[in-house]
Amino acid sequence: MAWLNQVAQITLINLQNVPRRLGTSLVIVVGIGGVVGVLVSVLAMGEGFRHTLASTGRSSRVIMLRAGSDAELSSGVAREQATLLAGLPGVARDGEGRPLASAELVVMVDLPRKGQADPNNVPFRGVQPAAFTIRDEVGVVEGRRFQRGVREVMVGRKASRQFAGLDVGSRIAFRDSDWTVVGIFVTGGDVHESEIWADAEVAMSAFRRTGFQSVTATLADGSAAGVAGLKEAVSRDPRLSISVLSEPEYYARQATILSRLIGVLGYSVAAFMAVGATFGALNCMYSAIASRQVEIATLRAIGFSGAPVVASVMIEALLLALVGGAVGGGLAYLYCDGASLSTLNFNTFSQVAFDFRVTRGLLARGLLWALLIGAAGGLLPAIRAARQPVTVALRIY
Amino acid sequence: MKYLPLLWAQLFRKRTRTILTLLSVLIAFLLFGLLHAVQTAFESGADAADARRLLTTARYSIIEPLPMSYLARIERVPGVAGVAFADWFGAKYQNESNAFPVFAVDPARYLDMYPEFAIAPEQREAFGKTRTGAVAGQRLADRYGWKVGQKLPISSEIHTKADGSLNWEFDLVGLIDAEDPAVRGNTDVVLINVAHFDEARQFGKGKTGWYVVRVVESEQARAVSSAIDTLFMNSPDETKTAPEKEFAIGFAKQIGDVGALVTRILIAVFFTILLLTGNTMAQSIRERIPELAILKTLGFSDRAVTALVLGEAALLLVLGGGLGMTAALGLMPLLNGATGGRFPPLFVDGSSWLLAALIAAGLTVAIGLPPAVRVGRLRIVDALAGR
Repeated sequence: MAWLNQVAQITLINLQNVPRRLGTSLVIVVGIGGVVGVLVSVLAMGEGFRHTLASTGRSSRVIMLRAGSDAELSSGVAREQATLLAGLPGVARDGEGRPLASAELVVMVDLPRKGQADPNNVPFRGVQPAAFTIRDEVGVVEGRRFQRGVREVMVGRKASRQFAGLDVGSRIAFRDSDWTVVGIFVTGGDVHESEIWADAEVAMSAFRRTGFQSVTATLADGSAAGVAGLKEAVSRDPRLSISVLSEPEYYARQATILSRLIGVLGYSVAAFMAVGATFGALNCMYSAIASRQVEIATLRAIGFSGAPVVASVMIEALLLALVGGAVGGGLAYLYCDGASLSTLNFNTFSQVAFDFRVTRGLLARGLLWALLIGAAGGLLPAIRAARQPVTVALRIY
Repeated sequence: MKYLPLLWAQLFRKRTRTILTLLSVLIAFLLFGLLHAVQTAFESGADAADARRLLTTARYSIIEPLPMSYLARIERVPGVAGVAFADWFGAKYQNESNAFPVFAVDPARYLDMYPEFAIAPEQREAFGKTRTGAVAGQRLADRYGWKVGQKLPISSEIHTKADGSLNWEFDLVGLIDAEDPAVRGNTDVVLINVAHFDEARQFGKGKTGWYVVRVVESEQARAVSSAIDTLFMNSPDETKTAPEKEFAIGFAKQIGDVGALVTRILIAVFFTILLLTGNTMAQSIRERIPELAILKTLGFSDRAVTALVLGEAALLLVLGGGLGMTAALGLMPLLNGATGGRFPPLFVDGSSWLLAALIAAGLTVAIGLPPAVRVGRLRIVDALAGR
């Protein structure tokens, strides 16, 4: 108890001194704030990207691709195969007995970003009518759905924000055909909001395709057993060379390359910065104890032991680090959270738009880094402060 | 120069402090060197581009195929010196999608188009003669331990063979490499002979992905581009032709503004360094005011003392910056080894050094000038009296 009391008293004296050492104290705060700010913002980018892909799809739905293809763009499903797949007993049916399966065509169309001229691979998806029953998360926020048999498209909200010429009423030219944008849709922030949707049959004739890329279906039995059952049925049919994946599994796979890249970038930059900031914190704490050399020695001379001195220096370093971490995290939150970005997903070779997400987990991780840097920067100076012989320290003048 | 020992003595007056400051400057420049190299690597496609090469793709999307019959028609366009073509194979190797790009090409045409790819003459000849032949980039071969003469089993995610199988096999007959690190990233590719590929595939026969066109004079690039596109206008397969450089820049932009991201990170890094070093410097000068007053008493002019303080800041940044850039340079081979060719090769070029020097100069002024000016104005009496 007496020991704790000593720690509290010395710490209090230290902290009251902080304003007089504002310059050096600010160095710790700013240095650590910089590290945490960069770390949190870069990771928020990765988090947003992962969230967009992870929130796509439900485990009660499956996507069927040609066996051997990992992404829709490289897959091919012939019309006969699509019909066979839709008719399988594992696929759910609507009230009128029609299968809840949508054979879809996916192509890339070139569109410039707003204010730029260079083309980007924007995914264009032709869907069958059942698609809207299957994906009941689709909601039109502006305009209306496209009509069947007409060259009309509806555009995902994120795509319409990133790319030029995708407002309701505008016309876009793709491959000897003119399309009218008739609506903007949302799907709860998932990857489909980066897409352009049209009627599959119209898209097939316009893009001169004879086959589809994938079939998305609702399972009659939405559990893992349902997926397994459908896989089993598909593998037994010699006419089908198709792989069946639950949607979450498929979309998680599409995130692998980019999220690894962002993670490596974020952590390595932050690690280097953290080392730099530790040197800064060391410097700052050394000069803090140097300026209080006489004061610390006096305390020790009148009976305070070394341990409370160490503890108090550490507490000061940690508190300053905590402030720095909070400032860095706060800045990252203010500037990044919700900012949108679009990039090329290497797995699918198409543009995907997503928002930065500064989550609580990331902020906590940032604070943890701040504390680690503070501890690393405070320990050596603290030990030196406690070790210095009282007589030497007092003989400064 | 004769003041260097004095500067050195001033700088290392408090050894621990200076070493710590130096280390944080070093880290900042190390980070700069690495990130700038990443940025250069992303943009090196454009640097490696040849002004006399054009790319012709399908007008509405790069993924749409073009007929191979366009080859002869493009060759006849005035100003065209050579034409090659390539088709995207969609490789899957050891169950990894797009582990590396594989292009189906006409060997002689393609290698003529890219003279910067070095290949042994006998290997080049073998590639042309072997219908199932393939050549691979040296870095890829190192990564997977391939040897010339072996079979190369690569699956395609797109192209089925006549029997419906996606599993293909090629004979590795040669290796390509490049001297220039900016070009070397472009050799991370496997080229397969289109002769066998087109014959054996089930669908898409007679089609290819894109054309590479060499023009006689780079000034003709625009004219030839529009001549090619006009040629195919209103046909079922319209084209879009652009200089290779524009294409590379456009592709880099698809990924997004890597440059802006890197710049923002570096601003945060250097701002932090500025504050950190600036504060240490100011503190160290404050502690030495009596010493500096003595220098003035000994006859150093105001300007000389100002210069001494600025010189000290410059020395700190030159040391830290130089060591940091050298460390970045030293880390490059290690990093390039670790990414195993999955990322274009990183390198520090002259522009990185120049930019680093400019940043160091800017920081010197920002950190050194305020205390230097203050010291220059110092009156000896006041300083010695501790006022």
